[in-house]
Amino acid sequence: MKLKQLEGLLGDLQQFSNPKIELEQYPTGPHIASRMLYTAENSFGDVSDKVVADFGCGCGTLGIAATLLGAEHVVGIDVDAQSLEVASLNAEELEVQMNFVQCDIKNLQFRGLTIDTVVMNPPFGTRKKGADMVFLSSALKVASQAVYSLHKTSTRDHIKRAALRDFNASTAEVLCELIYDVPQLYKFHKKREVDIAVDLWRFVPKRAQ
Amino acid sequence: MRLLTHNMLSCNIKGVTNGFPLIIEAEKVLEKPVDLNPDFLRNMFHKVEWKALVDAAKSLGYSELPESVDPAMLESPEFLHRFHHALLELHLEEGALVCPETGRKFPVNKGIPNMLLHEDEV
Repeated sequence: MKLKQLEGLLGDLQQFSNPKIELEQYPTGPHIASRMLYTAENSFGDVSDKVVADFGCGCGTLGIAATLLGAEHVVGIDVDAQSLEVASLNAEELEVQMNFVQCDIKNLQFRGLTIDTVVMNPPFGTRKKGADMVFLSSALKVASQAVYSLHKTSTRDHIKRAALRDFNASTAEVLCELIYDVPQLYKFHKKREVDIAVDLWRFVPKRAQ
Repeated sequence: MRLLTHNMLSCNIKGVTNGFPLIIEAEKVLEKPVDLNPDFLRNMFHKVEWKALVDAAKSLGYSELPESVDPAMLESPEFLHRFHHALLELHLEEGALVCPETGRKFPVNKGIPNMLLHEDEV
């Protein structure tokens, strides 16, 4: 599948109707989502025929992108029932199969190393400090091949240090810098739309070597 | 929910040490056909907990999986077909997952298990 085609399909997905600020629910736009999964597949072979988990899947954009690129089994995990319902409908709409589990990432308990790749757009930890770190540490615990994640560019040094020193990553690499256009979703948003710089990361857990 | 997902889930209540595999109480089971990928199955064979898969398949009404296996069986198309069906095509749509240690039930609705914990379980 071509990048433009993937982006087009993801652009039709339904997004949060009543986003919850305490969960930092922001949709992953089709531009970013398609580039993230396309890179994972075409530069690293981390998607097709693999088992992929989408952490904090929200409306399922990243996980659905993985299924469209040929992942064999995709599990979306989110704490919020309403998001999972939308995600489930989105998958149905595109006629792709995806599994969902309602769970708080910090209490996730997975057996073994069945999951090859974790993809995620975690909360950036702006409302609840450290939320991004909880996601990153859990992802590096269950992924056997790679973790793809988005983090604010302003936190780059911190992310790298934590991944390598505390979360058992063997490499932590910024693949590219992207612009995340945050729409005016919440009442406290003063501007109509804000662009923030985010990094697309690829982490490799130590055991993958 | 496919049985491959079931095969990686374990009870996440704090202090539980034998939370795997979760016992399945099935109320509604669906079958969704999907293409068979032999290489994927050969790879998964070494990762799944076989007995858990056999028992899970039985609780969904499918008892065609052999109790004991060895990698040589992966050469058999018939075996691959059964393995594929149990792992990827059977879905638990409604029912519950039960912790083998505490008996705590995690409900499954519309194919989605609810693994959220109560305050005193974290």
